[in-house]
Amino acid sequence: MELDFSSQAHYFLALLPEIVLTVFGMIVLVTGVWNKEGEGKAGSESLGAWALVGIVIAAGANGWLYGVTQTGGEGMVVIDRFRLFANWIFLLAGALCVLISLAYITRQRIQAGEVYALMLFAVVGMMVMAGTENLIVLFLGLEVMSISIYALAAINRRDRKSAEAGLKYFLLGAFSTGFFLYGIALTYGATGTTDIEGISQAIRTGSAAGPLLAFGIAFLAIGFGFKVAAVPFHMWTPDVYEGAPAPVTAFMATGVKAAAFLAFLRVFMVAFPQVPDDWFPIFWWLAAITMVAANLIALVQSNVKRMLAYSSIAHGGYLIVGVVAANQMASGAMLFYLLIYTLMNIGAFAVVISVAYQGEDRLQIEDYAGFGWQQPLLGVFLTVFLLSLAGFPGTGGFIGKIFLLQGALDAELWTLAIVLVLATLVSYWYYLRVAWYMWMREASAPDAHASVFTPLSMRVALFGAAGLILFLGIFPSAFGFLDFVQSSVDSLFGAAAAVVQVAP
Amino acid sequence: MDTIFEFLFSRDFLFYVFSGVTIGSALAMVTRKNPVASLLFMVATLASLAGIYVLFEAHFLAAIQIIVYAGAIMVLFLFVIMLLNLGHDYQKDLKGGAWAIFAFVVAGAMAGVLARQYGGIEALPIYRDAHGPQVIDALLAEQGAVGVMAHPLFTDYVLAFELTGILLLVAIVGALALAKRRV
Repeated sequence: MELDFSSQAHYFLALLPEIVLTVFGMIVLVTGVWNKEGEGKAGSESLGAWALVGIVIAAGANGWLYGVTQTGGEGMVVIDRFRLFANWIFLLAGALCVLISLAYITRQRIQAGEVYALMLFAVVGMMVMAGTENLIVLFLGLEVMSISIYALAAINRRDRKSAEAGLKYFLLGAFSTGFFLYGIALTYGATGTTDIEGISQAIRTGSAAGPLLAFGIAFLAIGFGFKVAAVPFHMWTPDVYEGAPAPVTAFMATGVKAAAFLAFLRVFMVAFPQVPDDWFPIFWWLAAITMVAANLIALVQSNVKRMLAYSSIAHGGYLIVGVVAANQMASGAMLFYLLIYTLMNIGAFAVVISVAYQGEDRLQIEDYAGFGWQQPLLGVFLTVFLLSLAGFPGTGGFIGKIFLLQGALDAELWTLAIVLVLATLVSYWYYLRVAWYMWMREASAPDAHASVFTPLSMRVALFGAAGLILFLGIFPSAFGFLDFVQSSVDSLFGAAAAVVQVAP
Repeated sequence: MDTIFEFLFSRDFLFYVFSGVTIGSALAMVTRKNPVASLLFMVATLASLAGIYVLFEAHFLAAIQIIVYAGAIMVLFLFVIMLLNLGHDYQKDLKGGAWAIFAFVVAGAMAGVLARQYGGIEALPIYRDAHGPQVIDALLAEQGAVGVMAHPLFTDYVLAFELTGILLLVAIVGALALAKRRV
């Protein structure tokens, strides 16, 4: 089917997944209001089921968009394979987080309608971020996502830590949003447009104001650094990740991070490839410092949620290497890595939620002693996720890191590649320490883990995530998946390739 | 005498007056310790910004600025602050004088670089080719002050417009979920 944005009706088709999710978000919200308090459990889980239905239908719409081409008119939404692949990641993160939060939300007696509605709205924001070619719309998507997440982080009203996490995230997030918006304003001042193709064109034709643009890029990079928690801007992350309800933390660590990376990948690869000097050093140092510092701090964490927070910062560092490399290989690797990262991180959080009795009870690493022998299935799952996070051969995390390394080497980033490998080696210690506690330590009591329960929905999520990680780790190119990933970033580099041909 | 009058009401002079008031009250807003005082300075900032809009002949924008920001939102802010009785908090909450000085130095250096940039900005191609006052005057005559804003809002920027609706919905839902009394 062909879309022509000079007809406004075609916006509805181009934005079908987003619209479906928004509608279902509202349905869940309104249904949640009618949900009587006494109905409790059943009502809260049916709301989650509605959210899942919305995500599945949106996924169908996303698949349908593969058959659509844009023929004319200027829309602020892009129809390319990059956006659609990004949508898969966000929908996957949303679906897995709904699945792992069903029992948690019921048990903690959190308002289910608001939680699932805000999750769906956050996914809409993420999809808009990765699917737009206009900085204003990117900003609005970022805000839709962020405000949903601020509220979600503080949603457990009975928990002081949750409120603290929400407030901290809100204040620092709003602060970073200011930087980001100022970056957009300066970029607009330098190039006269907020359209990223237009920015690229203004830079190419030499009509952009250099220093102004450099400031704009620097501010955009700061806003980006906050959202992905790169190291000088990471101070909020451990407290927020520890305090927020665990399913929300899983969502923050995967969906939000993926959205920020994918949106900025598009901005920097399409709009700013001509001025690498303005952003290359910033991201080079961000990547290096993030990888080193996050892994070193993670070594001494005894709270598992905090450890996973630093681990997610470290993974952000690995991914920034892909931005620095700025070639097609590295960008494809980022897509692959973000997909795997989403699976393995949500999987790890799912087991953490289970161990914590679907709450926030047992989060210290000592609480995992002997867990593997008493709950072998969950123990094996957590081991798989931890090995994948560490990047063991045979898991998706390993393949993802190999691709990232290959991208970095193609771009001749020798130092960053070495730092990445060394940081990975360091990370083995803190991931394997949890596994060691699980399998090598005696449990404090023979029935210490007897009351751990894992509902069916969470088991489905765990099986799916672990299965995909192992499958993609052993057969990454099955069904032409790698070619599919690589072709998804073609559209980002199409413009750059054309430039090379034009330039003498 | 006439020349002084002309000077006082000339666009250039008024621009500097409004700019000075805007910047001055913005600075005062972040340095006051009393929340009510800093809020009133914020109202002053927004109002003098509206004056600058008038100088740009963006009358509709200026009116909206006064009605929505200076009028409605800021008054609500003031109510909230007074109802919560936050007005008596005179404790110094900014810590670290060295950092404050550092921040001001960095901000000042940036302002200097930006000012240098804007000094020669008319020479840049994007500003030479930009829509000049004549184009805007023609548009204003054709569509009126509201039409000039409404037309792009519902055509080129319709996606941003609709998205703002979702943004407001999310903000309201989030605020209510966190603020309602019984959970």
